[in-house]
Amino acid sequence: MLAEALPSLTTDITRGATVSDLEQFRAETRAWLEENCPQSMRTPARGFEDIYTGGRTPEIKHPDQKLWCDRMAERGWTVPTWPAAYGGGGLDKEEAKILAQEMQRISARRPLDSFGISMLGPALLQFGTEEQKKEHLPPIVRGEIRWCQGYSEPNAGSDLASLQTRADDQGDHYIINGQKIWTSYADKADWIFCLVRTDNSGSKHEGISFVLFDMDQPGVTVKPIKLISGSSPFCETFFDDAKALKKNLIGEEGKGWTIAKYLLTHEREMISSFGTMSRESLGQRAVQTVGADASGRLANGVLRQNIAQYQLDALVFAYTMARVGDEAKAGQGLGAASSIFKYYGTELNKRRNELNLAVQGEAALGWEGEVYDGGQLSRDWLRSKGNSIEGGTTEVQLNIISKRVLGLPDA
Amino acid sequence: MALVLNEEQIMLKDSAAGFLAEKAGVPQLRALRDSGSEAGYDAAVWQEMAGMGWAGIAIPEEFGGLGYGYTGLGLVLEQVGRHLSNSPLESSVLVAATLINELGTEAQKQQWLPAIAGGEALLSLALQEGPHHAPEQVTTSARREGDSYVLSGSKVLVLDAPSARHFLVVARVEADGGLSVFVVPADAAGLTVERRSMVDSRAAGALQLDNVTVPADALLGAAGEAGPALERTLDIANIGLAAELLGLSAEAFERTVVYLQERKQFGRIIGSFQGLQHRAAELFAELELARSIVLKALQAIDEGADNLPQLASAAKAKLCEVAQRASNEAVQMHGGIGMTDEHEIGFFLKRARVAQHTFGDYNYHLDRFARLGGF
Repeated sequence: MLAEALPSLTTDITRGATVSDLEQFRAETRAWLEENCPQSMRTPARGFEDIYTGGRTPEIKHPDQKLWCDRMAERGWTVPTWPAAYGGGGLDKEEAKILAQEMQRISARRPLDSFGISMLGPALLQFGTEEQKKEHLPPIVRGEIRWCQGYSEPNAGSDLASLQTRADDQGDHYIINGQKIWTSYADKADWIFCLVRTDNSGSKHEGISFVLFDMDQPGVTVKPIKLISGSSPFCETFFDDAKALKKNLIGEEGKGWTIAKYLLTHEREMISSFGTMSRESLGQRAVQTVGADASGRLANGVLRQNIAQYQLDALVFAYTMARVGDEAKAGQGLGAASSIFKYYGTELNKRRNELNLAVQGEAALGWEGEVYDGGQLSRDWLRSKGNSIEGGTTEVQLNIISKRVLGLPDA
Repeated sequence: MALVLNEEQIMLKDSAAGFLAEKAGVPQLRALRDSGSEAGYDAAVWQEMAGMGWAGIAIPEEFGGLGYGYTGLGLVLEQVGRHLSNSPLESSVLVAATLINELGTEAQKQQWLPAIAGGEALLSLALQEGPHHAPEQVTTSARREGDSYVLSGSKVLVLDAPSARHFLVVARVEADGGLSVFVVPADAAGLTVERRSMVDSRAAGALQLDNVTVPADALLGAAGEAGPALERTLDIANIGLAAELLGLSAEAFERTVVYLQERKQFGRIIGSFQGLQHRAAELFAELELARSIVLKALQAIDEGADNLPQLASAAKAKLCEVAQRASNEAVQMHGGIGMTDEHEIGFFLKRARVAQHTFGDYNYHLDRFARLGGF
């Protein structure tokens, strides 16, 4: 018995850290956060608009946002698990978990959130050269460069691989011509990671290359798209003899589709998690707005059933995300279940928004004004319609499951 | 607890799958049905299952079981669902042993649990009285007379009734009081057991209790206080049935996908039609969700989780929904051949509905899920 208990008290070889080291790390982290996290950053961000995204001309809602980001970036803690060689925190899983717990303890918000962190960074770590990592990762860690993603085109949406934006070889650089659409926050981004066609001779999946270039040049024009929700998170982006240096080609020329697929998987995981940001129970809220019968049941039985079905599916979906995570941690690989996340998570989020309308009634139909909280509910509902379109439509996801998971043949 | 199976559990699952495929699959079920088997299962196969320890998986070691927990039993039940294997594993082990363990005195547990774990004692719960699961509406009465109780009332859907040697009869000692449970021998005077042949080719039964006298120590636990133990037993039973429905649905789905990959019409493999592909893909997603809630609920039993009632109703409601869709789509996608008795897919449809109904269907459990959720 004693021998079994011992290893946890001494060095755990697999992690290289002792329990007391971890405890010391926790104590130091706690003290450092206490001293360095501004009081104003100890509240959750209020919606997407309140998240600090960095860049050359950052949108600053509160002066402490930049201060908090700079302090965390100095330790690499804007991206705690990236290698220290590229400016990251270099923390292992246990340490990162402790940092997250300690931040949560004081309700500290994340200092920086960006496409650089969530999308380009992981792709560079996987596919970039040493030189490319050294050049591009540290400015992401420090929030100095804001990135956008140039994927979809007017005629290449669900069929992304048929993209036509051209990149012509000019020796040490490419000249780029064409148009992207649905480029998230292109009007606010400094650089773009972009899929371009460097070769037209093979199949549509071949000849696509993944390049990075500065948006601040004469050949790049950006035009925001106003959505049904009234906001403009997406843009049309035009390239008219824009220039990309060849040293910023990621991976081999013509092999960009591999990187694109890797990033799409990443993006789908992000979008599918929208549906799991659970708030107070819809059913309980409905009791307030609709009323209950003598036995305490929601007075409208039809609404009650719809909400119960939604809450059941939301619960079961959350356990499915947990199960897939646990299986991966246990070394059982990323199961086939992960293929359903994008499809199911976004459909669930749309259901939640529709039910929210049904539960709130008139209050959810306002568009402007303080009484309607600026139309937050109706705008969220409208925005959710895009969840099952962006990053691969529900129909494309079902095609992928049919073919890759179930092995059903092509039409 | 991580939502993942450990190596020991995976081995148990694999060995159950192997055994049932050989000894208790759909061909054996068809043979039992066609030969007019009274019990509806093969007693020799049941003895083999007990010999492998299955009857004692969830029974504590101190009472002759393996103490391996309900997660283990659930994994076996999932395989039972895949093969439509009938045996007293649900009636006697999942339900009756659990109720005795939750409600019985030390002496009653010593009397019954080792015998159930050994596969010798066969008990079955007699609860339902009307067309629907409604435990709060039990009217069977138990009148105290000296050192005895006298039971009167009627029961339906008593699982494996023809082969059960004892029944756990739910009754009320006082008409407006709480529930009580009595152990009644199958050959008690005044008890009539009517075998009822069900659509799933299993045998259930209707009981008529006409002044059946049992000794006072036939009462499990205390009079009028069986409610909480019965509720917990039903939660566990429903999670077990959800595990069976998971196996059943997954098997029906996988057989259907194989059919979609083989069957040709209009000169094409029908699985190439997008109208079928998307329905199959959606069903695949539902099955993955079903798998998660079943595992979560099984673990919750073993962990003694506070929210067991919610998880039990979530698991049963979800699995009723998924099993209904999977079994209906299986027949539809098989087309005409799926309507024939010769083809095996129909057996899955038939078993699904009985398992769905047993101890509360989708409507019952979705309503309960909402009620427990405060609306």
